Amino acid sequence: MKLLVCISKTPDTTAKIAFTDNNSRFDTNGVTFIMNPTDEWYALVRAIEIKEQLGGSVTVINVGPKDNETVVIHKALAIGADDAVRIDADPGDAFFVASQIAAYAKDQQYDLIFTGKETIDYNGSNIGGMVAELLDLPYISLANHLEIAGNTATITREIEGGLEVLEVNTPFVISAQKGMAEQRIPNMRGIMTARSKPLKVVPPVPVAAYTTIAYYELPPQRKEVKLIDPEHPEELVKLLHEQAKVI
Amino acid sequence: MSVLIYVNHVNGNIKKSTFETACYAHRVAQLAGAGEVIALSLGTVSESDLAALGNCGVSRVLSDTNPVFNRFDSGAHTKALAVAANAVNASVVVLSHNSSGKAIAPRLSVRLQAGLVSAATELPQVSGSGFTVRKSVFSGKAFADYSINTPVKIISLNPNSYPVTRGNGTAAVETFNSGVSAADVKVKVIETKSLSDTIPLPEAELVVSAGRGMKGPENWGMIEELASILGAATACSRPVADVHWRPHHEHVGQTGITIRPNLYIAIGISGAIQHLAGVSNSKVIVVINKDAEAPFFKAADYGIIGDAFEVVPKLTQALKEFKSQNA
Repeated sequence: MKLLVCISKTPDTTAKIAFTDNNSRFDTNGVTFIMNPTDEWYALVRAIEIKEQLGGSVTVINVGPKDNETVVIHKALAIGADDAVRIDADPGDAFFVASQIAAYAKDQQYDLIFTGKETIDYNGSNIGGMVAELLDLPYISLANHLEIAGNTATITREIEGGLEVLEVNTPFVISAQKGMAEQRIPNMRGIMTARSKPLKVVPPVPVAAYTTIAYYELPPQRKEVKLIDPEHPEELVKLLHEQAKVI
Repeated sequence: MSVLIYVNHVNGNIKKSTFETACYAHRVAQLAGAGEVIALSLGTVSESDLAALGNCGVSRVLSDTNPVFNRFDSGAHTKALAVAANAVNASVVVLSHNSSGKAIAPRLSVRLQAGLVSAATELPQVSGSGFTVRKSVFSGKAFADYSINTPVKIISLNPNSYPVTRGNGTAAVETFNSGVSAADVKVKVIETKSLSDTIPLPEAELVVSAGRGMKGPENWGMIEELASILGAATACSRPVADVHWRPHHEHVGQTGITIRPNLYIAIGISGAIQHLAGVSNSKVIVVINKDAEAPFFKAADYGIIGDAFEVVPKLTQALKEFKSQNA
């Protein structure tokens, strides 16, 4: 099994979100960055488990500047990826990133390409579907279970109010979410060996982004909470009906 | 020119999200001067149900009843949508940002070379050739206005972000052949399982959610009763799903699902930032917690500081009385 896992860099879950340049840019000042949680916990770990079970190799790919090597790529190698590719470009939009990944993967004959469900910064859920279309592969989104036998995968994925069980032959692209695997903490040996694992830096292919972010805005502050006497919850019912008009 | 929408249905039952996209698309067509709203239906849906999309301003429905579409394959559905978009000269395509939309929209973006804004929360701002769409970013902690720089635009609309207002129109239903064949279907669906016979959480307008404060799974009866009186879906926090007090599909938050109901009632949930990421775009938040210092109160519209085991039954009783008076 030749496995590729797309990993992204995102601000830490608890990062304070602020903007600069007249609200046109995310203010990275003082922000700690991490590997996007669903990429790490579900996509990467499941890929490593499949490799451990069936043999093969796990490559991680990231589109981003050199800093990303220390912030996300080394961690992925420490958790258990075999080698890494960094496309040396600012990530632009989802189409730009997907185009870089597809351009690299095109001639590599991966059996499976993983992404996480979505990044916790731009919340697009777009990369997997775009890579699949660019490479003309099946795309299974929001998967929470994956087993492989021979060249056939059995996958459970989330649909509205339910689950769908399906079969698909490799190669394909899959986006992974909760249920797929359990988070792995890199051990000391992993951290030590990560440094000697191959990391290839590849120049980007020329692609124009389809979208650009013009402006950011923080949501309006919620008004101070209105407290209701616990002995009189009928007050709450009245407010929800007359003031909030939600019931 | 036209605005094209995708009809989302399960076994022929059109999802509410389709009516949201229809109403949204109707307004987009007016704002962008983009002509009529046309819907594409794939698989088996009754003609009268499709005609009812006219209530939301759809003028025509293209219906490709090829049975290959009855099982979902993102590639096959994308191909059909692209054929339809070209046939009707669509300048904007609108889908719902639900499980089908998340699988189709990014593929369609590549296929039509059309910029995509996913999880949109507002109508686009259109001025001259400028076209920007607002969406939620940073897991609900901010909004971003995306400019789409391509001639054709794709928007996937966050569920429960746009109100459905129905008029009396009827859409003309036309047979359509998208040219998709069984060879285009690469995924073999074995079975679909319904997780609950109540309201699917991502679509629910009212949600009652509970956390560790409930002390154990045996105490969820009062949560379910409250939800049932309200006609609400039930949800839970991550720790509760992790210890299997509740099923994983009820887990809302950063690593669970993101919801945007009209009313979110959080009971015995402290309101960690990871939980808030999944619910902070709810229109109205009610927090019931015995700890007055729980961070969730800072994100709430209404709060009750009190023991859930005393407050919830009283609230349920008050709602019963309200419902009987307003029935």
